Amino acid sequence: MVSVEGGVLRPSDDVGIAGYGVYIPIYRIKALEIARVWGKFYDHLPVEEKAVAGPDEDAVTIAIEAARYAIRRAGIRPEEIEAVYVGTESKPYAVKPCSTIVAEALGATPNVLAADYEFACKAGTEAFQTSIGLVASNMVRYAMAIGVDTAQSRPADALEYTAAAGGGAFIFTRRNCETIAYIEGSYSFVTDTPDFWRRDGDMYPSHMGRFTGEPAYFRHTTMAAKGLMSELGLRPSDFSYAVFHQPNPKFPLKLAQYLGIPLDKVKPSIVCSSIGNTYSGSSMIGLASVLDIAKPGDRILLVSYGSGAGSDAFSFVVQDAIEEKRNRAPKVSSFIYRKKEIDYSLYAKFRRKIFM
Amino acid sequence: MATSAYWRTRFQRYRLIGNRCKECGKVFFPPRFVCPACGSVKLEEYKLPERGKLVEYTVVYTAPKGYEVMTPYVIGIVELEDGVRVLAQITDVDVEDVKEGMEVEASIRRLPEQLEGGMICYTYKFRPVIK
Repeated sequence: MVSVEGGVLRPSDDVGIAGYGVYIPIYRIKALEIARVWGKFYDHLPVEEKAVAGPDEDAVTIAIEAARYAIRRAGIRPEEIEAVYVGTESKPYAVKPCSTIVAEALGATPNVLAADYEFACKAGTEAFQTSIGLVASNMVRYAMAIGVDTAQSRPADALEYTAAAGGGAFIFTRRNCETIAYIEGSYSFVTDTPDFWRRDGDMYPSHMGRFTGEPAYFRHTTMAAKGLMSELGLRPSDFSYAVFHQPNPKFPLKLAQYLGIPLDKVKPSIVCSSIGNTYSGSSMIGLASVLDIAKPGDRILLVSYGSGAGSDAFSFVVQDAIEEKRNRAPKVSSFIYRKKEIDYSLYAKFRRKIFM
Repeated sequence: MATSAYWRTRFQRYRLIGNRCKECGKVFFPPRFVCPACGSVKLEEYKLPERGKLVEYTVVYTAPKGYEVMTPYVIGIVELEDGVRVLAQITDVDVEDVKEGMEVEASIRRLPEQLEGGMICYTYKFRPVIK
């Protein structure tokens, strides 16, 4: 069972990551191209370019791609996975789980727990906590948590520059010599903060502009990170890397300054400039970027953020198995360099902004 | 596509599950009830490999209804690692970049929606191998 001591979620039995995988669609649109279409100034664009789902992709297909790579790294049979959780705010169906399609496609059905999570951009780390709890309590041997999105953005809105597509999948099991990192604890900080939402039936979300910064992103991430460190007796200097939710490249760097974490411990996880904000996939791809380069013994701080609002913080310690397992599937950098640039016309067609 | 027909074929669409004749060893994809080679009805489930090479292809410029969003797109025959050949769409590749012999791997992708509010169909396609 997961024990709660002063707000920290600490598994009573050691839990580790058996494997991880990411998937980022091949298409990119440059922020400059979006700015050109809407006649905006080219200075101070939040990212260089963002990943765009192709016309035959959605949150389910991206989740399956990432999950297959996670299974390859874990070196397990799909039918050994006893829980599949998909965190997303881009569900292709309003009612019908993504997780059943993913579990069936992987070959984990029918004896499997399957459900979808939604908490804006932190739905994936919610799935982490559930998976960790199920493994720690010996209810399942392997549990998969996926964070994925094909983020929506209203044409000409500020979000259009960053709202991107991508996802990551992580498989949890009891800590052993084959796990690549083990968890020390998790800490969540959640309030009712209306910084960003999408009403039922609406195509595009609404947001509160600058309000999304200090009272939303920075307050929740800071409190979660500080709460975790306080409860685990850790200091910023104990971490080799920090991975923060990255809605744009500036926020995670500013958060690092708030927390007193050197920027060079954060920069290896920042992929937002190249692929945009992948929402529920953001923390997952950031963590995978660090696992792609981390050494055994490195301690990693992970802090997600979901509008609405909340943050989940985690501390992981990297194990020896990372050295061999990371090479079993494509790394995040492979997906960043695999790209085809499209213009706004193709972007509008691919993202179903043109009605035929 | 009828919901029931899609549901019955989901394993072959999602995981490339075909079958193999227990008598003569021939492999079928999609799976068959009777082996056309020896007439046997003793067939067992067979999981096809997910990697292969593109052996032939054509480019579709005039697409059926619903597929216009993807034109021009590539349809090809993929020879899998065990020699079985599968006809499928080749995705994530520009027409000018596609070539015979290219290494591809199975992916799962969404088919165009045929009915507003209807079921979403997912099926196998092949894309260049990501290294």
